[in-house]
Amino acid sequence: MALLQLQEPGMSTAPHEHRLAVGIDLGTTNSLVASVRNGIAVCLNDAEGRAMLPSVVHYPRGGAALVGRAAQAHQVDDPRNTLVSVKRFMGRGIHDVTHIESMPYDFLDTEGMLRFRTVNGVKSPVEVSAEILKALRERAEASLGGPLVGAVITVPAYFDDAQRQATKDAARLAGLNVLRLLNEPTAAAVAYGLENASEGVYAIYDLGGGTFDISILKLSRGVFEVMSTNGDASLGGDDFDHRVFCWILDQSGVAPVSDSDARRLEGLARRAKELLSIEEEAPIRGTLSTGDEIDLTLTRETFVDITRTLVNKTLAPVRKALRDADLSVDEVKGVVMVGGATRMLHLQQAVGEFFGQSPLTNLDPDKVVALGAAMQANVLAGNRTADEDWLLLDVIPLSLGLETMGGLVEKIVPRNSTIPIAKAQEFTTFKDGQTAMAIHVVQGERELVSACRSLARFELRGIPPMTAGAARIRVSFQVDADGLLAVTAREMSAGVEAQVVVKPSYGLADDEIAEMLKSGFEHASDDAKARAVRELQVEGERMLEAVQQALKADGALLDDEERARIDAAMAALRTAVAGDDAKALRQALDGLGRETDGFAARRMDKSIRSALAGHKINELKV
Amino acid sequence: MDLQQDYFALFGLPQTFDIDREQLEQAYRDCQAQVHPDRHAHRNDAEKRVSMQWATHVNEAYRTLRKPLLRARYLLSLRGVDAGIETNTAMAPAFLMEQMEWREGVEEAREGGDVSDLEHMRQRLDLHERELRQALSGQLGDTAADGEAAADTVRRLMFIEKLQIEIDDALEALED
Ligand SMILES: Nc1ncnc2c1ncn2[C@@H]1O[C@H](COP(=O)(O)OP(=O)(O)OP(=O)(O)O)[C@@H](O)[C@H]1O
Ligand SMILES: [Mg+2]
Repeated sequence: MALLQLQEPGMSTAPHEHRLAVGIDLGTTNSLVASVRNGIAVCLNDAEGRAMLPSVVHYPRGGAALVGRAAQAHQVDDPRNTLVSVKRFMGRGIHDVTHIESMPYDFLDTEGMLRFRTVNGVKSPVEVSAEILKALRERAEASLGGPLVGAVITVPAYFDDAQRQATKDAARLAGLNVLRLLNEPTAAAVAYGLENASEGVYAIYDLGGGTFDISILKLSRGVFEVMSTNGDASLGGDDFDHRVFCWILDQSGVAPVSDSDARRLEGLARRAKELLSIEEEAPIRGTLSTGDEIDLTLTRETFVDITRTLVNKTLAPVRKALRDADLSVDEVKGVVMVGGATRMLHLQQAVGEFFGQSPLTNLDPDKVVALGAAMQANVLAGNRTADEDWLLLDVIPLSLGLETMGGLVEKIVPRNSTIPIAKAQEFTTFKDGQTAMAIHVVQGERELVSACRSLARFELRGIPPMTAGAARIRVSFQVDADGLLAVTAREMSAGVEAQVVVKPSYGLADDEIAEMLKSGFEHASDDAKARAVRELQVEGERMLEAVQQALKADGALLDDEERARIDAAMAALRTAVAGDDAKALRQALDGLGRETDGFAARRMDKSIRSALAGHKINELKV
Repeated sequence: MDLQQDYFALFGLPQTFDIDREQLEQAYRDCQAQVHPDRHAHRNDAEKRVSMQWATHVNEAYRTLRKPLLRARYLLSLRGVDAGIETNTAMAPAFLMEQMEWREGVEEAREGGDVSDLEHMRQRLDLHERELRQALSGQLGDTAADGEAAADTVRRLMFIEKLQIEIDDALEALED
């Protein structure tokens, strides 16, 4: 049962088995899954041979959720229970979403992230996204013939921490082991750069259904270094549809329309928009539920006219990204176009004019993100071969900071810092005898807290009473390679430590996910339970073997007490492996994992040091 | 885990202000190729944590050595010279006066929306910055170099950087 699959606890990797890993492009409009097969990245198709899964989920009364085209079929007849473009709501509260009043959903204003009330119960955007991811996981497992070791999930580069966390939660909920969250333009750069053996500075311009990203990368000898990124997490093809939709209402004079007619008209609008990428004009014809007939013709000229401001809206982030990378337009060697919406001709023209060169459109803008993600997943899963020696150096898109006096933001981690990154800042108390301090973590570029995204609030307690200004409170930010933040606060001056670690989570709390996964196990068939136990036993055997090896090689790193505790945990795991109690097995696995944590870290540190020393010796020889 | 090894040693570079950028870049990439979390994604949590800490350290080292001003400050701290950054009392009154004039100039141009004025000031500052950096390469050349003079130059460069940021912010605001 993949839901309960444990993370690899071993201290070494099993040699040379091909590990099944996928890249998933979880798009606003369409989602794809790809994998490296026989050394080549390919999209995995559905039974009908289609790679793209429409990112649509329909909740029927009582039944299981429908995903993709089956769900799309209900878009018009049941808009309230058919969720489209759910990515726009990831990590968002009800007040963050524009045009929310014109959407056909029954929203629930819950803390952190909004939810939808459906006939099938209340659903969070995380759960809806998990349905899409689950469909893709099942497709991949059927097509690759086994359970997945892990997945790389792509996110818009401009996604903030809340949106990234929500995406990771959705993947975990879908039973996926997330190898990495990868920025969409970076994934595209990998696919494009490797295919064309590119070197130099490239701009990746990615306009999808609901998000816009621009990333500037330096490609050099197998290193993909993101120099800057910018964008708009709520700008995409959907907005062009909306302009056409408004134009239709305006021209036909039928407003206001019902939710289901609105869906119908949005569909017409999108088709017309897409047609205009090849034709000079597009017919818009249909009948509404009221009996009103729509019969219009949209010319390319009018379309260009009503969407000009949207096209221009993408250029401001491009300018900012160039400035942050400290580059001028003519230093950019190529502009790679990604995302279905970059098929629009006037957009290609505007981008071409801006950069003074024709953008590169010679790759499939729908698939390139998923393919790049698959290549990275293959490498991360440990299937690397000698020629797959590339390295991605990515950045954090938006600054991270803390609220200070007067509702102002003190920036701690500046945008476009290469990740992983850590920064710390010291604060002090402002009242005599103050024993607690409120910490408010925000993300964004503005000076006022109210104009930034609030990521987390927590309180550091247990500060020893001192005179004002005497306490030294160190707040540390650590951003990992997924672009996710953890915050620690610690009182330093009196030698007393109070520490809080916060992982801002606007998705589901960790125990909420654990609960969902557990209830999945309880409802599993006896068969599945037996299999899960067998898997745990195998896992236990592997872990025992790995620890044994590690002790043989590096036992000297441990003192007697540590050694004794590891030995005891090993004995406990051996007993559990001999039995068939899933809970006992998991406990024993966790137990040995805990006891060997410090040992594993020390061994890793030692091995990294010797690797670093080794490469310097090589350098001297040159 | 002790990550206190000095940044120059980490990248195999001599401890001087003048560095070979190519060499720095290559050494950075070589280091990340060893420590980056992407290289260790299939390992267990403890091992991944160590990899992240090392990659964080390498990034910080690179950032510090790549930017001239940060590099200079870092060198001063390695050599035990207090740059007196928190207490800018050490600055000559004439210099402080000049700074105030600059600041007023930027403020005026911003309020007047005068882009070309701002750009012109930016260019003059850039020129000034280059001169000071050249001075640093002597002042922070080898260990026998002049730490006190370098500290003074560093303080001046910090004022200049602040002004440059102000101008850039003003230009960006005018653009939006
Ligand atoms: N021929 C075309 N002309 C214009 N637009 C098109 C064309 N084909 C697809 N699109 C638009 O591209 C968008 C979908 O692009 P894509 O599948 O790349 O987005 P996504 O990956 O789902 O979204 P995102 O990356 O923003 O999360 C839709 O708005 C769609 O209408
Ligand atoms: Mg996309």
